[in-house]
Amino acid sequence: MSGQPNRLPSGGRIDRARALSFRFDGKSYQGQAGDSLASALAANGVRLLGRSFKYHRPRGQIAAGVDEPNALVTLREGARREPNTPATVVELYDGLVAESQNRWPSLDLDLASVNGLLSPIFTAGFYYKTFMGPGRRAWMLYEHFIRRAAGLGSATREPDPDHYEKMQAFCDVLVIGGGPAGLAAALAAGRGGARVILAEQEPALGGALLDRPAGGPGDTWLAETTAALADLERVRVLTRTTAFGIYDGNVVGLVERLGDHLPEPAPHVARQRYWTVRPQRVVHASGALERPLVFGNNDLPGVMLASAARSLLNRAAVLPGRKAVVFTNNDSAYAGALELAAAGAAVTLVDARPEVAEPLRAAAEAQGVALLPGHVVTSAHGGKAVTSVDVGPYDAASGDCPSVSRQLPCDLLCHSGGWSPTVHLHSHRGGRPTYDAGIAAFVPGAAVAGQASAGACRGSFTTAEAVEQGAAAGAAAAQACGHDASGAALAAPDDEGAWQSPLLPLWEVPAPAQSKCGKKFVDQQNDVTTKDIALAHREGYVSVEHLKRYTTLGMATDQGKSANVNALAIMAALRGETIPEVGTTTFRPPYSSVAIGALAGQEVGRHLKPIRRSAVHDWHAANGAVFTDAGYWKRPWYYPKPGEGLDAAYRRETAEVRKSVGMVDVSTLGKIDVQGPDAAEFLNRVYTNGWKTLPVGKARYGLMLRDDGFVMDDGTTSRLAEDHYFMTTTTAQAGPVMAYLEFLLQTAWPELKVQVTSVTEQWTGIAVSGPRTRDMLAAAVEDIDLSNEAFPFMGVRSGHLVARFDSLPVRLHRISFSGELAYEVYTQSGYGEALWEALVEVGKHFDLVLYGTEALGALRIEKGHVAGAELDGRTTIGDLGLEKMASSKKPYAGSVLRHREALVDPDRPRLVGLIPEDRDERLRNGMILCAQGEPATGHGLGHITSVTYSPALGHYVGLGLLRGGLEAHEGGLVDAVNALEDKTVPVRVVSNHFFDPKGERMYA
Amino acid sequence: MLRIPCPYCGLRDHAEFVYGGDASSHRPAQDCDDPEVWYDFVFLRDNPRGRHFEFWQHANGCRQWLRVERDTLSHEILSVEPARDWAARRDETGS
Repeated sequence: MSGQPNRLPSGGRIDRARALSFRFDGKSYQGQAGDSLASALAANGVRLLGRSFKYHRPRGQIAAGVDEPNALVTLREGARREPNTPATVVELYDGLVAESQNRWPSLDLDLASVNGLLSPIFTAGFYYKTFMGPGRRAWMLYEHFIRRAAGLGSATREPDPDHYEKMQAFCDVLVIGGGPAGLAAALAAGRGGARVILAEQEPALGGALLDRPAGGPGDTWLAETTAALADLERVRVLTRTTAFGIYDGNVVGLVERLGDHLPEPAPHVARQRYWTVRPQRVVHASGALERPLVFGNNDLPGVMLASAARSLLNRAAVLPGRKAVVFTNNDSAYAGALELAAAGAAVTLVDARPEVAEPLRAAAEAQGVALLPGHVVTSAHGGKAVTSVDVGPYDAASGDCPSVSRQLPCDLLCHSGGWSPTVHLHSHRGGRPTYDAGIAAFVPGAAVAGQASAGACRGSFTTAEAVEQGAAAGAAAAQACGHDASGAALAAPDDEGAWQSPLLPLWEVPAPAQSKCGKKFVDQQNDVTTKDIALAHREGYVSVEHLKRYTTLGMATDQGKSANVNALAIMAALRGETIPEVGTTTFRPPYSSVAIGALAGQEVGRHLKPIRRSAVHDWHAANGAVFTDAGYWKRPWYYPKPGEGLDAAYRRETAEVRKSVGMVDVSTLGKIDVQGPDAAEFLNRVYTNGWKTLPVGKARYGLMLRDDGFVMDDGTTSRLAEDHYFMTTTTAQAGPVMAYLEFLLQTAWPELKVQVTSVTEQWTGIAVSGPRTRDMLAAAVEDIDLSNEAFPFMGVRSGHLVARFDSLPVRLHRISFSGELAYEVYTQSGYGEALWEALVEVGKHFDLVLYGTEALGALRIEKGHVAGAELDGRTTIGDLGLEKMASSKKPYAGSVLRHREALVDPDRPRLVGLIPEDRDERLRNGMILCAQGEPATGHGLGHITSVTYSPALGHYVGLGLLRGGLEAHEGGLVDAVNALEDKTVPVRVVSNHFFDPKGERMYA
Repeated sequence: MLRIPCPYCGLRDHAEFVYGGDASSHRPAQDCDDPEVWYDFVFLRDNPRGRHFEFWQHANGCRQWLRVERDTLSHEILSVEPARDWAARRDETGS
């Protein structure tokens, strides 16, 4: 304990045998295991912990937990640096490093504290008035400096070295809070046989019991109760776990901090675990937060909530001051005041109430505490810490304090303005808080379905009430889940917390005339004072939600936990209304800060989205393919030879396909098995063209529209048997098309006897194209006649590979995307790699080239086929030049609305081919098309959708959507503008069928 | 998170489902060629406060389309029915 001047020789709940060293702002200190960073600093006499947001005023610890507005530090260094962490919730560990925030050059000497002198301009609405008005440019100019002067800590730019995980959980009863009420609830529900999860945000169970002197009856009760819970197998206790939000369906988000109390998480253990819990019943037992009193300079270091001082004393054995003034309007501060006196502090108790209940008065006298009833502290004074306070008589009836009657020197000022139940989680699902004048606080209103509140979070502050309500709520919740939980009542340790005289509401301590009264802060984290609230009121901000936005009160990391009720009350007084009439702002998740990492869990980096691989993927990878992403799929992009980049590789692949034969993995195409006696009728309704005449053993190209008349997808569908079809979709639309077909069958046409099944992953598809395809396949397949007569274009045949390839079953579809003689070869995915290897083997004798998606694209652009870039959801069948695909003999999905006026406007952007007039120029996707010489503004005349270098033609070609299409522009020149590179390329408008327009190669 | 009782799979998180739009309007007959009727079906929606019927597909479950009755104010799920059953009944009764 050496070097910890404020540590008492005995008491507390710390481990005196385990000293821990830590650094704050570069200086080394010692603390003890069981300390928070705040209590360890307090033990060392460090009170100045940060500078305030706007005025850079010196600030110290105010509270003892998540409600702390001031003592925000940047924790750790390097990649683990974590800003804006309340020192009050940081568990001390050996080697901890923390820095104060918002100060320059140092915490002790902050040059920006001159902002305090400029405070008249930093009032409510300062940003709006100064920068956001007509002269918005001013904001652009000053934002950088203002952000620098007013702010919190900064996050690291390095990747988080730790990992996070997610857990899904179900239970009967979730109990939120591990104080007396929560423990009683968990025990009652657990004893009734319910599956229970108890979540406590602190490292240890006990809640308010831990704020009492160690070794009392509360501790005995706590030990017995936790032991009883540990015996219940169906009760799971999660400590260091915050329930941060309750969502629809009573689904609760928890974050469990597994590694935050360690220098770094244990190996292979997540830093935090994000639980999604689906309880049948929720019991709120989250306690209450003490409310500050609002008086002058109430933000000086050394001024803190009475409960914070008590927590320091009884948890950490830290005496936060030797000459203490305790200022209260209620009974709850007395216990702590007496304990401070017992620990050796000289204590003066200033109570705004004119009368103090006799037992309290007697106890104060017995402990040597000087009592000043009917008085208030009007202002604190001091430089970087409180050194004295002004005290004056208070007339509760008029709310006046006529004068300062005495000045008390002190080094600690504790204050208590009452307690606010934590109604946050009750409110997340729309539960409304109601005002309870008896305790001058908001309490949960009508219970939300499936939820109940017990103890201090419902405004019942005694231990006995907490235990009784907790046990009742736990038993009721278990019973609601079908358990028999009518067990024996649970005895409470005592009745601490009972109020012997009522609280005197005191929202803003009056400043006596002629007294020197400092700023009265309502929200210390946002530097919002009583004057700011008054200003907002004067300027007409009537709603509390507007007050919040205008003054920023209640925002930032603490979400106004200590500020909100005081602010509402002050607003109510200004408006001459009651607090319930003013109402509260809306509580939203999260209750306290949650690391983004916890929400992301393991869905980071390459786990951000699932990866889909074709059955041939490993072969591609082993043989040098470079992959590209197509949705979730990994597809071979190109297969480079040594020294080749993308451009060289795809040009070679494309050229060789047209010269000999090439092979590409098309397994990613969506594949849907359509079966049933009404399958033909079904296809006839969803495709624009006719399907009733398609014979078995033939395929047909089809186009689907959405109901609004735009093109949804295209693909080929093959008739395998009378009532059996094999549909393919584009890779990108496989999922949506499948869901759409199911939607139509289940919601629109239930009378159709059709089943659709996604078989995308069940089949491997390989497209083989090029003039030597027939020869090559003839060498690979044994029982299919490949002649043009026996197996014409768009034919479908089943057969087997030759015996040396184990007679693998295959199905050939004579479909061409490349414009060459081509077949798609399908087999079941289990045979996929074997089929690929067999074709590679046979292909050696036919100059087979493997090609990837880039060459696949080049081949289809040369042919003018549309793909994803053209089927962008905004094109019509006419825009794509596929009008002949639209049947006029039958209705189909989209057949009516596709004729809407704007969709048949001949001036719509329509598909054209584009060739750079200077054949050496390169085209780019997304170039804007505009009339020659015209500036490229707005959408121009259209844009380029797809480009490739065409080895067959020896220059770039592009597809584009151009207003008026070929009819308006054929043979003419337009400008293709690349605004990113400030480049304009004149392009000739031609037919999109660049290569072999008659399709002679395909039908060969 | 909404919890939707799938008639086939039981109570499941809405993350398993995909929203499929308003289920209170009726798809016109396939041979209806009145653009106004289709326009109404495709584009015009009520935005009721309270009881609302909507389609959800249990996409990561049984893949069945469901007709879910949901309170748009409280998000309470009031009833769930296979869309197929509803559609068959609609076609039989014409309502």
